[in-house]
Amino acid sequence: MLADNIIILGVNHKTAPVGIREQLAFTGDSALPFSELMALEGVTECCILSTCNRVEIIVVSRDPGKTARLLRPFLFGKSAVNDREFEKYSYLHQGEAAITHLFRVGASLDSMIVGEPQILGQLKQAFKASADNNCTGAILTRFLHKSFSVAKRVRTETNIGGSAVSISYAAVELAKKIFGDLQDKTVMLVGAGEMAELAAEHLITQGISQVIVVNRTFENAVKLARRFNGKAAGLDDLVPLLENVDILISSTGATDLVLKQEDVKPVMNQRMNRPLFLIDIAVPRDLDEKLNKLDNVYLYDIDDLTHVVDINKAERDKEAGRGERIVVEETMKFAQWLEGMEVTPTIVALRQKADAICRAEVARTAGNLKDLSPKAQKSIEKMAGAIANKLLHDPITYMKTDQPGDKGEKLALIRRLFSLDDDPA
Amino acid sequence: MKLLFQLTFITYISVTVAYLVYFVNQNKRIRTLARYGMLTAAVGHLIYTMIRYLEAGHTPITSIHETLSFSALAVTWGYLSFRWRYRVKNFGVFVSPLITALMIVAALAAQETTRELAPALQSVWLPIHAGIALLAYGFLALAFCGGIMYLLQEREIKNKSFGLFYSRLPSLEALDRLNRHGLSAGFPLMTLGIITGMIWSKQGTGAYWQWDPKETLSLITWLVYAAIIHQRFTLGWRRRRAAIMVIFGFCFALVTLYLASY
Repeated sequence: MLADNIIILGVNHKTAPVGIREQLAFTGDSALPFSELMALEGVTECCILSTCNRVEIIVVSRDPGKTARLLRPFLFGKSAVNDREFEKYSYLHQGEAAITHLFRVGASLDSMIVGEPQILGQLKQAFKASADNNCTGAILTRFLHKSFSVAKRVRTETNIGGSAVSISYAAVELAKKIFGDLQDKTVMLVGAGEMAELAAEHLITQGISQVIVVNRTFENAVKLARRFNGKAAGLDDLVPLLENVDILISSTGATDLVLKQEDVKPVMNQRMNRPLFLIDIAVPRDLDEKLNKLDNVYLYDIDDLTHVVDINKAERDKEAGRGERIVVEETMKFAQWLEGMEVTPTIVALRQKADAICRAEVARTAGNLKDLSPKAQKSIEKMAGAIANKLLHDPITYMKTDQPGDKGEKLALIRRLFSLDDDPA
Repeated sequence: MKLLFQLTFITYISVTVAYLVYFVNQNKRIRTLARYGMLTAAVGHLIYTMIRYLEAGHTPITSIHETLSFSALAVTWGYLSFRWRYRVKNFGVFVSPLITALMIVAALAAQETTRELAPALQSVWLPIHAGIALLAYGFLALAFCGGIMYLLQEREIKNKSFGLFYSRLPSLEALDRLNRHGLSAGFPLMTLGIITGMIWSKQGTGAYWQWDPKETLSLITWLVYAAIIHQRFTLGWRRRRAAIMVIFGFCFALVTLYLASY
């Protein structure tokens, strides 16, 4: 079975702590690891995926048994990990298990944050590096391309990357549900803090037009405002400025309330009831709980946002289940293709195709020639078959001869020339 | 002819069921099915109304069955014309039950074309008046659906409990815009409907306005909507209050429509 020639050795955030992973990471675009890997016995194709959460070595080998034994020393060779711990930190997949594994990785089903989109880009990068170093052949190329398309399928057919799983993104998502388009909206930051700044940054990428920074100390406000190209104001200006603000993010260290219901109520009339989205990520809270009772005011505190994130995470897990089913289905399809990549099935497929063409063409000719005697008909059939066989003879011989060179490469070439696979990937 | 009505009726019901199923499981194939079903029903319904017009010899709005069927038709075409202009996520899910509800009442009412219209009332102004007035109802019905969607979505955002609607309904802004569009298309048409009705009345009876219950109710409905428009565009009664107002206004309009068709 050709599928068994595929081996993946890897460590990820689940099997190894960061202290181990950082020793194993392949950094920079050195060609050295590729040449070392290709030098291992049996290896014909290889690819290295190295991110902060995982290191995966994907190889195609003509002697998988031997290669598998050499891979761990290769990966751990430069680290301080001793031989006995290799197995504890790493996993080795072969055949269909390896196919499933790579499909899951690409589709972000194996990620720390399920559904995060970066991994696919990293995988594509890894494939490119491997191709640049001439380490990819017919099998690995198709395998990796397939993993890209599986990832795309999982993304479009499930809602795995759908909803926000961080506090700041959840805030942006809520803002979009309230305001629709965020363009021409104004956000006010009260106080400073990492989370507030992060949320403001997300809002700016969504097209927010203006940022106002309010701080007890005016200098700090000016400093932060400069970063966002916004305006600065002191705490006393907060309420007067509120008339033109749509989203307010508060994260001061104040122990008492910064904004009370009585302050905002008159402002809502001036605003002609345009909605106001208040986000309170300070502990203790900055904003009056009763604000949420005002019409068209929406107040979310840190617990509310955490709750949203939790719901979204649960939703992603559910969607991941659907993603897993797609992976299983695609693994089967890919294994089938690999089976066809043997010599005999390829010859069979080739002959079947030729036969079908012969039969169709003979039938058409016989239809055009009326009063064809059965004998003449037989001769035509024979001739067509003979032509087809003669034409196929050389490609078949080419496939069968054991010249040096990749067998998979040859088969893939023939299959592509005669378009024997339904979906060209 | 009865058969055509029944077929249209069944199509509307199937479309509603399909839309509701789609709303829960979000299967896009079902939505496509529902969309084509809606179009089929709209065309069948239009043909039915035209046949009825030819048979009766006058615009079919003289019985409860006819009026409700005609207004369901107006909502359907109002919706389709809206959809052609701009899209509101899952709008069909809320519009189709309303159409079906109108059709159910229409189906339960007597369907015979018995009543003869007084020759004096048979003028070209009748179809113009009826068409415009019911189209106005169609757009106000859309605003009504938008209002319901707004309140459902708003409740989930306000209470921070994200259930069935949060992810499936569009943003509050989009729903408020729907409210505005429905009003700004519906109200002028309604005004025009009343004016054409006056002309028709003048031709038939010699007086523009007779203060009969039908006319009085229509005037009150018009005043209600005029008030809504005024509050919305000058005092900033937008969003939540606007949503409540259009729901109230449409309920009032429905009662008027029902009472006026006697």
